[in-house]
Amino acid sequence: MGYWRKLGALVGKDIAVEFKTKEMLSSMFIFSFLVIVIFAFAFTPSRATTREVFPGILWIGFAFAGVLGLNRSFAGEKDNDCLLGLMLTPVDRTAIFLAKAASNLLFLVAVEAVSLPLFFVLFDYRLEGPLWLLLAVILLGTIGFIVIGTFLAALAANTRASEILLPLILFPVIMPVVIGAVKCTAIVLAGVPPELKGELVRWVQLLGVYNIIFLTVPLMLFDYVLEV
Amino acid sequence: MRGKAHNLRGHNLVAWITAFLMLVSLYAIFWYAPLEKYMLEVQKIFYIHVGAAWNAFFAFFVVFVASVLYLKTRDLKYDVLAAASAEVGLLFTTIVLLTGPIWGKHSWNTWWTWEPRLTTTLILWFIYFAYFLVRAGVAEKARRAVLSAVFGIIGFLDVPIIYISVRWWGSHPMVFGKTGGGLHPMMLHALIVSVVAFTFLYVYFCQKAMALENTRQELQEIKEKLRERI
Amino acid sequence: MKILSLLNKPTSGSLEINGEEVGENQSAFRRQIGVVSHQTFLYNHLTAFENLAFYGRMYEVPRLRERISQVMEEVGLQYVLGDPVRTFSRGMQQRLAIARAILHSPAALFLDEPYTGLDQHAVEILNQVLLGLQNQQRTVILVTHNFDQGLNLCDQAVIMVKGQLAHQAGREEFMARDFKQVYLRCVEGS
Repeated sequence: MGYWRKLGALVGKDIAVEFKTKEMLSSMFIFSFLVIVIFAFAFTPSRATTREVFPGILWIGFAFAGVLGLNRSFAGEKDNDCLLGLMLTPVDRTAIFLAKAASNLLFLVAVEAVSLPLFFVLFDYRLEGPLWLLLAVILLGTIGFIVIGTFLAALAANTRASEILLPLILFPVIMPVVIGAVKCTAIVLAGVPPELKGELVRWVQLLGVYNIIFLTVPLMLFDYVLEV
Repeated sequence: MRGKAHNLRGHNLVAWITAFLMLVSLYAIFWYAPLEKYMLEVQKIFYIHVGAAWNAFFAFFVVFVASVLYLKTRDLKYDVLAAASAEVGLLFTTIVLLTGPIWGKHSWNTWWTWEPRLTTTLILWFIYFAYFLVRAGVAEKARRAVLSAVFGIIGFLDVPIIYISVRWWGSHPMVFGKTGGGLHPMMLHALIVSVVAFTFLYVYFCQKAMALENTRQELQEIKEKLRERI
Repeated sequence: MKILSLLNKPTSGSLEINGEEVGENQSAFRRQIGVVSHQTFLYNHLTAFENLAFYGRMYEVPRLRERISQVMEEVGLQYVLGDPVRTFSRGMQQRLAIARAILHSPAALFLDEPYTGLDQHAVEILNQVLLGLQNQQRTVILVTHNFDQGLNLCDQAVIMVKGQLAHQAGREEFMARDFKQVYLRCVEGS
């Protein structure tokens, strides 16, 4: 029980820090907003082709905003060597990882919750499929992005120039998540046509497998990343 | 000192075998194997392409194994092996990415196709380039070894998922015929010879890269000792 | 030092705390030590209370509120409990770091160069706090390059050169002799 209580305290601490500074949430949100605007200029929103690339635009916005947040997530821990202070406490290292992933997930979901309606409004896009399904696949993709992203952010935080390094090491690794999430979103946005149902299930399975693998592997390897 | 001289003799042996096998594979590719009916000489690049591709994947598998072994044993020699293998793997991946388009230009009339294997290789190239960025980002030896080992493991585990996702993704808009399905037996022989030759080339490069890295570290130690004297 | 604070496992030899050997289960022993280094391990944007409350939960400190006001009084910071750490001076931050380190009443307190970056006044306050701690039943290990600071406070001194124990002395010895000479000889002799 102590494990979960400590995990809760860690997440609570992240939320408290974010609540005071608001630097992560605000910059992530503004960034995804900017992505919408840039893509609106790059592809005219009213054209039919834009409708086809819409799922891609959505995920580019989320992924870039996510990287921005991930970069910050361990920077705060490095300030006064807080991460070292955490490691001195009798807390399981996996709790540190899980808590960080949970708070990053929370922040990115919050940003998505605000920017998703904006995407729909500014691109004048009408959702064909059920909303809960759309939210479910977005959540699934976001979880995959965050678990491996948090892990690699911790890894990058130990290097010089970590801010530049993170996107370079993260994006190749999350390629399956990007592909799967975009495909799922596209199918759901199109109203889940019966002939694509099988494909949707397949992609959801892929995302699920990815999430499980890259939740367990970091749990096993996180000890090494935190080593000083 | 004697140990090192012995090591280099090992290098020479591998070097001679590699050189011999390379010549044999050249013979096998250009004289022994029959000319392909439609693609003619251009098809010959297939042997090089596959030889490099097989070894690129093999090299990254070695990176994975060496990374796991390093984390288990903390023996820096595995770190040196992983780094050397990743370097050679990156070289072979580059060869694959260069020869692939030449083949593609002739058979599909475009330089680049998002064919699953080629695309996976491209992502692999990015991942192992990132591997070197991680290495370059850490100055301290032990920490660099740990972090790059962790990334080497993650990167390798990702490869099958990337392959599956890219294949499902690519299967939608365009469909490609299977290449190399009906391979002439003599072509197969030539292919095997060239893969073996490339494997020896890999071993040779790897050995050299490791020796280089070891020398570099030795030099570093000598410099540090000198600095203390001053 | 990393071995002492249970961050790294020893490459050779073993570590005992209270006569028990620290093996694989380091986390249980972490409860028994507190560490103060030149880094404060404090979250700049949180208040002093929030910082202590957070670390208190990590260490599972019982009756946390009372304990927090108790340690804050010990380091003389009871009036700035609700202020964010980033508004603190360097000396105040270091005192709060000490409060953080003794929050869970560790059996051993480990101070690694605590004087770094402190002005003279802050050093004196820190010394008072440290002397106050001495009266409690607790082992305090102080690592420093500053001779006079270190010797004034301790009753056992150890000189380490390149990870090797070079000299050990009791209070009488280093008060009597010129200890600096001993130190210099140890360093040169290596």
